[in-house]
Amino acid sequence: MSDFNMPSLGADMDEGEILAWKVKPGDSVRKGDVLLEVDTSKAAFDVEADHDGVVEEILVEPGRKVAVGTPIARIRQTGEALAKPAPKPVAPHLRITPLARVVAKDLGVDPAKIGRGTGIDGAITRADVERAAAKHEEPHVEKAPPPPSGADKSKREGLRDAIAAAMSRSKREIPHYYLSQTIDLEPALNWLEKLNAGRPITERILSPVLLLKAVAHAIWEVPELNGYWTDGALNQSESVHLGVAISLHSGVIAPAIHDADDMSLEQLMAALADLVQRARHGTLKASEMTDSTITVTNLGDRGPEAVYGVIYPPQVALVGFGAVMSRALVIDGQLVARRSVIATLSADHRASDGHRGGLFLRAIARLLEHPESL
Amino acid sequence: MSRTLSYREALHDAHFQALSEDPRVFLVGEDVNCYGGTYAVSKGLADHFGADRVIDAPLSESGFVGAGIGAAMGGLRPIVEVMTVNFSLLALDQIVNAAATLRHMSGGQISVPLVIRMAMGAGRQLAAQHSHSLEGWYAHVPGLRVVAPATVADARGMLLTALADPDPVIIFEHVGLLALTDELPDDAGAVEIDHAAVRREGSDVSLITWGGNLPKALEAARQLEAAGISAEVLDLRTLRPLDDAAIVASVSKTHRAVVIDEMWKTGSFAAEVCTRIMEQAFFELDAPLRRVCSAEVPIPYARHMELAALPSVEQIVQAATEIARHE
Repeated sequence: MSDFNMPSLGADMDEGEILAWKVKPGDSVRKGDVLLEVDTSKAAFDVEADHDGVVEEILVEPGRKVAVGTPIARIRQTGEALAKPAPKPVAPHLRITPLARVVAKDLGVDPAKIGRGTGIDGAITRADVERAAAKHEEPHVEKAPPPPSGADKSKREGLRDAIAAAMSRSKREIPHYYLSQTIDLEPALNWLEKLNAGRPITERILSPVLLLKAVAHAIWEVPELNGYWTDGALNQSESVHLGVAISLHSGVIAPAIHDADDMSLEQLMAALADLVQRARHGTLKASEMTDSTITVTNLGDRGPEAVYGVIYPPQVALVGFGAVMSRALVIDGQLVARRSVIATLSADHRASDGHRGGLFLRAIARLLEHPESL
Repeated sequence: MSRTLSYREALHDAHFQALSEDPRVFLVGEDVNCYGGTYAVSKGLADHFGADRVIDAPLSESGFVGAGIGAAMGGLRPIVEVMTVNFSLLALDQIVNAAATLRHMSGGQISVPLVIRMAMGAGRQLAAQHSHSLEGWYAHVPGLRVVAPATVADARGMLLTALADPDPVIIFEHVGLLALTDELPDDAGAVEIDHAAVRREGSDVSLITWGGNLPKALEAARQLEAAGISAEVLDLRTLRPLDDAAIVASVSKTHRAVVIDEMWKTGSFAAEVCTRIMEQAFFELDAPLRRVCSAEVPIPYARHMELAALPSVEQIVQAATEIARHE
């Protein structure tokens, strides 16, 4: 029998709230199966089993918040005696609007605890969820404060707090340096258009995927940008887990695409689509939130030409892409209009120097000039 | 400089401009020449442009709509006036089986740059055979563009843009709007017909409508404001292709919507709008959707009965209040 403890889902997490168990006593689980859903201050994550076995006992019920490392379940190694099956829990049907459900997830509010809402026929509305969140934040206040007007205060908390902590720490501790390079994308986009022309729409590759692949391969050439700065030293990572910045209602998160450098474009496309969808639905896995070895942010579709990002500690580099747009470039002595993008690198000067950072951006540019190699 | 004119005058001016600027343009329909049009839109045009370009047609919708299609295929720019949408049912075959399909069936070789204008809608005691709202039937058909001018500016401008379209465009002119007046600049002309327009900004509930019900929605929004509910009024303008982005943007802002449609509720165009909201903005909704449509009866003749059968300002206010009052 072994205890299953509340895992750490990020450097800034010291406690987590159990939202729901996905297993019950008596269930067989395999390593990697989702055991439960945990809410950190950032978002809800699925937590996976770390070995095969049978769930013997659930120690902490949903709705409770416990510190990282607290035993929350007992899992028996396969082969030990079977436990009595527990009665099936019955999920109550909630009368809640779709928007309120989304906001509840964002704010970490359990809508089942709100009771009757103030919406039509007692439906729980966004306002009910926000009131519940405000109460939750200040449990010692007798009367709930009036709902905030204009900007939505409770939404700023949670993920916003986590981002604030991580970004402040980054700017406090990490001596950033910044480089940028304009990359001619005509070869890559032409190649991609030809590739896509022969494919059904559902199997087409989007250009951001090409950029991700180029970053993943450029890391092979400048590996010191991939890893963590911990205990005063650079710990380079063998694997390339690309963190991809995804904007949600409540803020930005950067879950990882594991082993992105080993993926084909098709696999990378599928992985990205899957990641974005699950990030929006709040069903990311814990490992995806903690494993990124370098982060890529692409603000191109919002219009900025270049993004000079803040590194997510303890990572040591962040790559940014701006808008793909037609620019006047000089090619072979001729001034021509070419679709191009500005790639930027924010890097930790403790771990690398501008010389190596420059080589990294140049490698990205070279790979994109020969897209067939990707 | 600007001047005040009616929706009817705006339609007339648009025809005058189109006929003046392009010798390929002509108007054909019942009573458009001698009588000046059933709704007096073409009054005086025959005197100015002659009987070759303002043509009285026999009472045969299938015939003169078909003639319009042929003329368009031959390079002219016909405007076909069908007296009301009810009578257009006689020309459904020409519109649905010919005008809408020829580009597709000829592999892109044949264009049908045809404009068909139809009066529609109830409110003038014209009873069950002259009061229909069937714009959703036409909006169902690929190959057609369907527009519904709801303002004097759109009445002035949509015809000109429709004439520039290489494919058939149907313009629905609600008879309840003909007397509407507004001030337009002297150089008012063509308007784009690709996008919906927010006619009034609001934050609590979206009132989504088009054509003849826009004035009712705006009046409802005024009454709602007095009751502390901020209503946004979205005029769809073009029913096919529908501006999904504008609908989603408005609902994402207000999180509630009432769709106002003079069609009967069963199979109404409002049903299509609601479905698109469910498909594309489900997680933005903070209340169930509401529709305000016509009662499921043939439109009555008696004044009080007719009014009772049509969407009313009171119904819009009630529906919006029901879903928006809780915050």
